[in-house]
Amino acid sequence: MTPLSWPCPLPGGGSTQEYALAFDRGRRCRLLIVPALFDEANRMRRFTVEVMRRLDAAGVDCFLPDLPGSNESLQSLEMQTPKSWIAAMEDAATHFGATHALGIRGGAMLTPGSLPTWHYAPANGASILRQMMRSRILASREAGITETRESLLETGLRDGLTLSGHRLGAEFLRQFQTLTPLAAPILHEITQGTVGGSGLWLRAEPDESREQADALAAILAIGVKA
Amino acid sequence: MQSDTDLLLRQILTDVLGLKVGQAEGFTSDTGLFGHLPELDSMAVAGLLTEMEDRLGIIIEDDEIDGELLESYGSLLAFAEAKRAAS
Repeated sequence: MTPLSWPCPLPGGGSTQEYALAFDRGRRCRLLIVPALFDEANRMRRFTVEVMRRLDAAGVDCFLPDLPGSNESLQSLEMQTPKSWIAAMEDAATHFGATHALGIRGGAMLTPGSLPTWHYAPANGASILRQMMRSRILASREAGITETRESLLETGLRDGLTLSGHRLGAEFLRQFQTLTPLAAPILHEITQGTVGGSGLWLRAEPDESREQADALAAILAIGVKA
Repeated sequence: MQSDTDLLLRQILTDVLGLKVGQAEGFTSDTGLFGHLPELDSMAVAGLLTEMEDRLGIIIEDDEIDGELLESYGSLLAFAEAKRAAS
């Protein structure tokens, strides 16, 4: 496994270097992985890398780029929008010569449109936002502050909003609230029922599952080589 | 006899809190939740309630969530059963 950097477009033009984890042995099948978003990204990261180790062993190159403003990125999250994230993932796919793509949970809303694609337990923007809003409302209430979903959204669409420690811009929220998993010419959905067990993104604390990583890697390795 | 809601709720708690197999079966109505299970912070509570909405087919209003709701397994189950009966 190698940490790499790749040239990522900036929302206002120009480009910057972003980080990616890669297993690159110059093989025929090359899978771009768009990670889960926000807190789910933390809970799913080890699992995602475990899937990558298995894909490497199965002869598939794979790449896990950072979304600008998340993980190791030096960019401001507040400047990003779902559209700029999709553009970033398209550039990453081109840079790494990806032949296939995988979107995990919210990452399914950001997969490049031109590649044969798998979506693992895809989530839409509204449901991710609903949970982050609820978490903020509960935390505020513990601090003695009353907030409502409607007032938070109104403020957010005007001035941006901090949810679970993530500073999201107004334009990000506007696009994200109606965002759904992206279409692709060949699209396969992998449900949690197929992988087995309960989804690791649900866990209050990051966890791992060897069985689930085996199952997801097997589905992907068979699929990309078919 | 265990209700369908009871079984689903134990499974949801197992999935969200990463409990060991069988641990949730041992919950009684007096088993403490919030303040007793270290994993259950406000982020986890939000995840738990959203998962309850999805799997139990209910809508939980933010102002229905208070300390008593998550005090014990019994209070959470009573809430879930009342919500399902009303929906």
